[in-house]
Amino acid sequence: MRRVVITGQGAVSSLGMSATATMEGMREGRCGISELVMQDVDRLSVKIGGQIKGYSGEDFFSRQELVLYDKFTQFALLAAKEAMAQSDLELSEEQMLRSGVILGTAGGGLHTQDESYRTVYEAGKNRVHPFVVPRLMNNAAASHVSMTYNLQGPSYTVATACASSNHAMGQAFHMIRSGSTDVMLTGGSESMLVFGGIKAWEGLRVMSKEACRPFSATRNGMVQGEGAAVFVFEEYEHAKARGAEILAEVIGFAMTSDASDIVTPNQDGAARAIRGALRDAGLNGDEVGYINAHGTGTTANDKTECAAVRDVFGAHADNLMISSTKSMHGHLIGGTGAVEMLACVMALRDGIVAPTIGYEQPDPACDLDVVPNTAREAKVNVALTNAFAFGGLNAVLALRSI
Amino acid sequence: MAHNVQDQVIAIIAEQAVMEPSEVSLEATLDELGIDSLGLVEAVFAIEETFDVQVPFNANDPSDSEFDISNVQSMIKAVEGLVAAAGN
Repeated sequence: MRRVVITGQGAVSSLGMSATATMEGMREGRCGISELVMQDVDRLSVKIGGQIKGYSGEDFFSRQELVLYDKFTQFALLAAKEAMAQSDLELSEEQMLRSGVILGTAGGGLHTQDESYRTVYEAGKNRVHPFVVPRLMNNAAASHVSMTYNLQGPSYTVATACASSNHAMGQAFHMIRSGSTDVMLTGGSESMLVFGGIKAWEGLRVMSKEACRPFSATRNGMVQGEGAAVFVFEEYEHAKARGAEILAEVIGFAMTSDASDIVTPNQDGAARAIRGALRDAGLNGDEVGYINAHGTGTTANDKTECAAVRDVFGAHADNLMISSTKSMHGHLIGGTGAVEMLACVMALRDGIVAPTIGYEQPDPACDLDVVPNTAREAKVNVALTNAFAFGGLNAVLALRSI
Repeated sequence: MAHNVQDQVIAIIAEQAVMEPSEVSLEATLDELGIDSLGLVEAVFAIEETFDVQVPFNANDPSDSEFDISNVQSMIKAVEGLVAAAGN
């Protein structure tokens, strides 16, 4: 079977405008969650988020580009640019035919939707910008990345709510492993921090108004974030032949469906996904040193996730580390798995495990080593990254240091 | 006024429980009425829309919220308090 490695990574998040800066934020245990700045913020009851402050598309893109790029596309392109630069890939015409883009997003061009609704409903205008459709469509980001790098193989977008990025990266992994393609740009992007995006989440009553405190007994909900991360997945021999720097190897992937409830998490579905990823990677549970948790900071997710980890790993659950970086960058919904994958790369490559910040008080229902508040140095050979979406769709990836 | 709040809250709860309002007793808990977390969130929304109030309720820890959902009676009392505070 062909092996798949990561040879480039890029990101933008509230922790920083690059993968390097985002990982530095994770290492420092910095909190990127702050007071939201947006139109009509006084009408929101949730007023915090992992918002990228001071961001202006004009700093990075031309006017001609911006009329076609929603913010979620801009984030994806910035992340892709960094990832491509790091990978140092120069693809031949023929290789471009065997390369593609799979990105996750839950909401797509929500800024475009929000602004256009304001135009027609609030301002009462009868005309919107002519490019609303190509801006807001969920595949816009993947398409613009494919156009920018002339990648002409399979490209598409995956929308499975909070698991979108993990599903996307898993599909990219499968595609290279199976021989369909040799290089994939993959990850995810989300820019749901708009008035309508937050209003919708407020309604579910699962948002915290103070902070995201995963696994802490004092946790009281999730906090949204925004941004993107994109990785270059490459067939191992291809990467080795050109002397590429390899960041980590992707060794397994599994997805399951709870088939039970549209919002409530399910221990069995989560456990089956984790077990499936181990099996796909040919791993024993005791080889896993770190799990990047889904860890949303809701009562239900965190205790269900910990129970699933105990179920799968048995006694080894007490030896491994599990942390949620959502405490720092917020929940990027469809982009979250991609940004969180950086924590796995950091653990495997740099030997630094990202912390769960905001941790105040142990919860007996989450009695695992959650790396509270401060990053830790540790040698980690194998890491998993979990994503469990609304709708009961679960996706877990396994990575190994190389 | 108080009676009116009671009837309206019971009507909202009855709708979520798929029952007749007359079948909803004041002592009944949401559990007994078969109302799950999504049903509760929808009921809270209906209360906010009906009475034009903000209900202090977080689904992460309903028991810790200021809005007492122990049973139908406690919810009615809580809504009456909110309505009085809002001066509606």
